Amino acid sequence: MAIKGAITVDTEKCKGCGVCIPNCPTGTIALSKEVNSKGYNYLYMANPENCTGCTNCATVCPDAVITVYRVKI
Amino acid sequence: MDINEIIKPENKVYGKSPVLKDAVMHYCPGCSHGTVHKIIAEVIEEMGIQDKTIGISPVGCSVFAYNYLNIDWQQAAHGRAPALATATKRLMPDKYVFTYQGDGDLASIGTAEIMHACNRGENIVVIFINNAIYGMTGGQMAPTTLLGQVTATTPYGRDAKLNGYPLKITELIAQLEGTCYVTRQSVQSTAAVRRTKRAIRKAFENSMMDKGTSFIEVVSTCNSGWKTSPVAANTWMEENMFPFYPLGDMKDR
Repeated sequence: MAIKGAITVDTEKCKGCGVCIPNCPTGTIALSKEVNSKGYNYLYMANPENCTGCTNCATVCPDAVITVYRVKI
Repeated sequence: MDINEIIKPENKVYGKSPVLKDAVMHYCPGCSHGTVHKIIAEVIEEMGIQDKTIGISPVGCSVFAYNYLNIDWQQAAHGRAPALATATKRLMPDKYVFTYQGDGDLASIGTAEIMHACNRGENIVVIFINNAIYGMTGGQMAPTTLLGQVTATTPYGRDAKLNGYPLKITELIAQLEGTCYVTRQSVQSTAAVRRTKRAIRKAFENSMMDKGTSFIEVVSTCNSGWKTSPVAANTWMEENMFPFYPLGDMKDR
């Protein structure tokens, strides 16, 4: 059984600290080139096909901007 | 599989705790305070004690903690959070009372209060954020600053002859009879966050069992004060803080 995951990021609240990125075991996430209204490069799924919904990124996020979804297919 | 098929309410496995307010935290990007606030919110949510918890916020960056956690709060004078928590817990023994203090608040100006509150064995939880610096006022040396660490007031590094030695206050507190649970944790990785969450939950449970004070030190980063990036600050903490402030339980009874 395969597991697929996805995250949504509250881009206006993301401060682009990047603490989540070394904690992602599948290299799914990265900071975008775009900025939010405060000028922070917010988080996005650079490789969405890799996401397993492990919640590592959301667990370490200081601002609780990441919501994680997971399905078994 | 299309992303929009995964992102549905029934597939949600992790999100912001409802105990956290929607306000954007004023902390710098990557600050450990946010992570610890989130952990406390999750513990309060899991234990179902939102209306029975009273937090005591300190002076320091986390003075505005009352803006972020949707529970009852009091704000103490600098370093006096344990004294206020003592009064609150004694007047309302059915409430979960915790203090949230930084190293400038707890280990410097509030040393007398924390020592005596722990020695009396007050049934409170103390959450101590140790980032080895005065973050709010611009990165000056704190009692917990490491030897050789460069800060605004020790531009050539902390020198033991001039500035004294870093204070391991958690080790001091572990010796006091009044404490039941003394531990040192961190929040830089997923595993560390989960361990800290278990420790905070245990501390909240202890506070209702009349066992004494539970004390949790969280070794943290202050990337603004340390003049580095959030990710580099985590690495610096692992390489320099952990050898001097080793993680783990010091006392558990």
